[in-house]
Amino acid sequence: MIKEGQIVRIGIGDMGIVHSPDLIRTSGLGSCVGIVLYDEVKKLAGMAHIMLPESSLAKKQGLKRAKYADTAIEDLMAALKGAGASSYRLKAKLAGGAQMFQFTSSSDMMRIGPRNVEAVKGNLQSLHIPILAEDVGGGCGRTIEFNPETTDLHIRKVNQGESVI
Amino acid sequence: MSFMSNSKNFTERFGPIQLDVLKEIGNIGSGHAATSLSKLLHKKIEMHVPGVEVVDFDQVMDLAGGADKEVVSIFQRMEGEAPGTMFFIMAPFQARHFVELMTNASVGFDGGSEMALSALQELGNILSGAYLTALCDFTELDIQSTVPSISQDMVGAILSMGLIELSQVSDAAIVIKTSLTDGEGGEGEFLEGHFFLFPDPSSYQKIFSSLGVREDD
Repeated sequence: MIKEGQIVRIGIGDMGIVHSPDLIRTSGLGSCVGIVLYDEVKKLAGMAHIMLPESSLAKKQGLKRAKYADTAIEDLMAALKGAGASSYRLKAKLAGGAQMFQFTSSSDMMRIGPRNVEAVKGNLQSLHIPILAEDVGGGCGRTIEFNPETTDLHIRKVNQGESVI
Repeated sequence: MSFMSNSKNFTERFGPIQLDVLKEIGNIGSGHAATSLSKLLHKKIEMHVPGVEVVDFDQVMDLAGGADKEVVSIFQRMEGEAPGTMFFIMAPFQARHFVELMTNASVGFDGGSEMALSALQELGNILSGAYLTALCDFTELDIQSTVPSISQDMVGAILSMGLIELSQVSDAAIVIKTSLTDGEGGEGEFLEGHFFLFPDPSSYQKIFSSLGVREDD
C-alpha cells in the first residue's frame, strides 16, 4: 500500500513539522519569512511563518514564539531533534521577506521584510545551519510548499507562476 | 494606568461596550465613505452593517477570502494622534469595474496602467478621507492619512502589513470591517469592496478616552 501524503498548513506566526510523505505549506507570505529546516536523511522538515525579527520586540510576555525569527528557529530545531533529526544535518531553505508597499516615510515597520530576512540569516549563521536555497525580497507575495522526500521548495507568486528551489 | 502594563491580554480588555464603540466608528466612517462614493460614481452605494470581531491572525485572512486569494488593495497608514492601518480590498475584476466607472473608459488594471493606478489612488483618498473625517469629528483626535499605495497580490501578503504593529502585543486582532456594494446588483455588474481598519495598539486608549469610555468598563 502506498501511503498518500497530507498537506500540513502553517498559519501566520505559527510553526509545525512533518515527516515524508506529508508536505508542509504556508500561504500568503508578504513581509513575513517562511523558513524550512530539514533533515534529508530522516526525511523530516519543520516550517515557521515568521512575522518579526526578534522576540525582544515583544511588548508583552506569553505571545506565540513562532512569530519571531530567533525563537521560531530555536523551537523548530528542538521539535525536529525531538522527532529524531540530527542537528548537524539540518539545512535551511527560505522564502519571503518582500517589501509589499513603497513608502516615502521610511518607518521601521515598512522595512520589516528585509529586517526579517537579515534576522533569519543571522540566527542560522550563529547556529551553523547552511542555507541551501532562498527566494527573498522583491515586492510580491508568496505561497510555499516543502516536500521532505525530495527537499524541493515550491514557490507560487501572483502573475509569476511557480518555481522550485 | 499605563496601557501596556495592564496584566490582561490585549484583546481580553475589550468588552461589549468597547466593541460597540468601535462598531459605531465603523458605522459612521463607512456611512460617509458610501455617500462620497455614490457622488463620485453617480450610483447608489450601500454600506453594510459593520462587523467588529476579535479574531486570530489566520481568521483575519479568512475574513478577506483566505491568505492565498488574489486581490487588489489600497493601503494607507493613518498618522497623528491615533495611528493605524487601513485597507480597501476588492477582487481584481471589481477593481477594474471601479476604474471603468471612475474614468468612463475600459482601461483595466493589467499590471497597473498609470490611469488605473491614479484612479484607484483617488478612490482610496476619497474613502479614507471620508472615513477619517468621521473618525476625527467623532473623537476630536487629529489623524491624517498617507498617500495611498496600490497593490495586486495575495490577501495574506497584504493584510499582514496591518498586523505588524499589533503582533508585538497580541496574537489576535480587532478587525473593524465594513463592506460597500452598489444597490443594483446585476449579474457580474455589482460593485463590492471591503474596508479594514486596524488601529495601532497604542491608539485604542486614545480613541476610548476621547469618547469618555474607560477601558475597564
